[in-house]
Amino acid sequence: MNDAPGHVLIVDDNKVNRLLLTRNVEMLGHRVSVAENGRIAMEMLTSDRFDIMLLDIEMPEMDGFEVLEAIKGMPALRHLPVIVTSSVEGLDNVVRCIELGAEDYIPKPVNKVLLKARVSASLERKRLQDEQKELLNRFATQEVADQLTESGFAIGGERRVATVLFCDIRDFTAISETMTPEATIDLINTFYTLMFDAVSSQGGIVSLMVGDGLMALFGAPNTLENSAQCAVSAAKDMLAMTTGLNEERAADKDPPLRIGFGIATGEVVAGYTGTQHRATYTCIGKTVNLAARLEAYTKVAGCEVLFDQTTRAGLLDASKTREITDVRLKGFADTVSAFTFN
Amino acid sequence: MTQDIVNTDTYAELCEAMGADFAAELLDTFMDEAPTMIATLKTAVAEQDAEGYRRAAHSIKSNAEIFGATALADLSRRMELTSLSDAPLPVEELETTWSDTQTALRALRDE
Repeated sequence: MNDAPGHVLIVDDNKVNRLLLTRNVEMLGHRVSVAENGRIAMEMLTSDRFDIMLLDIEMPEMDGFEVLEAIKGMPALRHLPVIVTSSVEGLDNVVRCIELGAEDYIPKPVNKVLLKARVSASLERKRLQDEQKELLNRFATQEVADQLTESGFAIGGERRVATVLFCDIRDFTAISETMTPEATIDLINTFYTLMFDAVSSQGGIVSLMVGDGLMALFGAPNTLENSAQCAVSAAKDMLAMTTGLNEERAADKDPPLRIGFGIATGEVVAGYTGTQHRATYTCIGKTVNLAARLEAYTKVAGCEVLFDQTTRAGLLDASKTREITDVRLKGFADTVSAFTFN
Repeated sequence: MTQDIVNTDTYAELCEAMGADFAAELLDTFMDEAPTMIATLKTAVAEQDAEGYRRAAHSIKSNAEIFGATALADLSRRMELTSLSDAPLPVEELETTWSDTQTALRALRDE
């Protein structure tokens, strides 16, 4: 497991050092690229993928300290293990490397056995980290995974303005009764695939999947300039994709898939809810309830999309909407106005 | 004399660890590069470029250590640690030491 080859970037301005280090690392079975100074290293780091960097300190143009400083501020490179290999004088310089985020320090001339141990350990850590990240990406959205990697995990929320979208398949139980279980799962998966695509292409995230429905957030955790417009555009995209899907289904003599959307904009509390062992990124608050109730009301109103006043105010084509007044929703004391497209 | 200039064990260890052919190639590279490094140091002295002086001394030291060139490593290390504006060590001494070192290393390589 420690022996799987990695891609190592060797940064040293001195030719003899570069040759010797390259030979050493290649003898360990890894692939090597070399850079003659920090500036060249930075260019290579942004254009290629490396598992580890062996970094010299004393270099012209951009020295090792400056490289450490620079990658510390770059999310994509911050976790790259860096082993400083130098014959720099003074313990304070070694300390400075570690403080700047270097994983380890190996004095020159580099001892072969020490190098092997350090490189293997760093590669193993990097591999674990990559695996963890991949796992995180599978179970959380990219934005949430990034936020987790950046700032760590903390149960707790923050207040912010966002747009919440609920969507579900109408009469799914009735449709599924005419289908085999396999075909049912297949249909749900097709629905989710299209929906994830529509939501993420508008900058939103799918935060909940429940049976034949889902909840998506726009404007949390990442900020969007116009979350209302994004959510409504996602709904429109999804409706267009459903039309395409239904044409295929009609050809196979399957019943059409009909979906409904409820969208509301306002203050939400967004964050991780759950326990330290199992948690999910979600939003709660009145806006969420409103979106859910509006979605349920689409069946009553006989339209595909319903959104609230605040969402309408954010729309670029607000004039093309129609108001439904005095809507009474479960859980809301006052009647509200709901909007749909003409 | 040769004993003081170069620690022969270091080169023997390098040969064992990296292979004799590679060690010899690396040594040739060093002998090619050393005059350039010394020239860089001399230019730095002439231009009173303290940073360039320190870096050049550092490079020579780091390579000298690889081949066990003890005298050269000691002298360049002292140069690295002495500020150019204080009391710079004579560059001529570095050239003499390099010349002796080169002779000793050549003998080692051709053994």
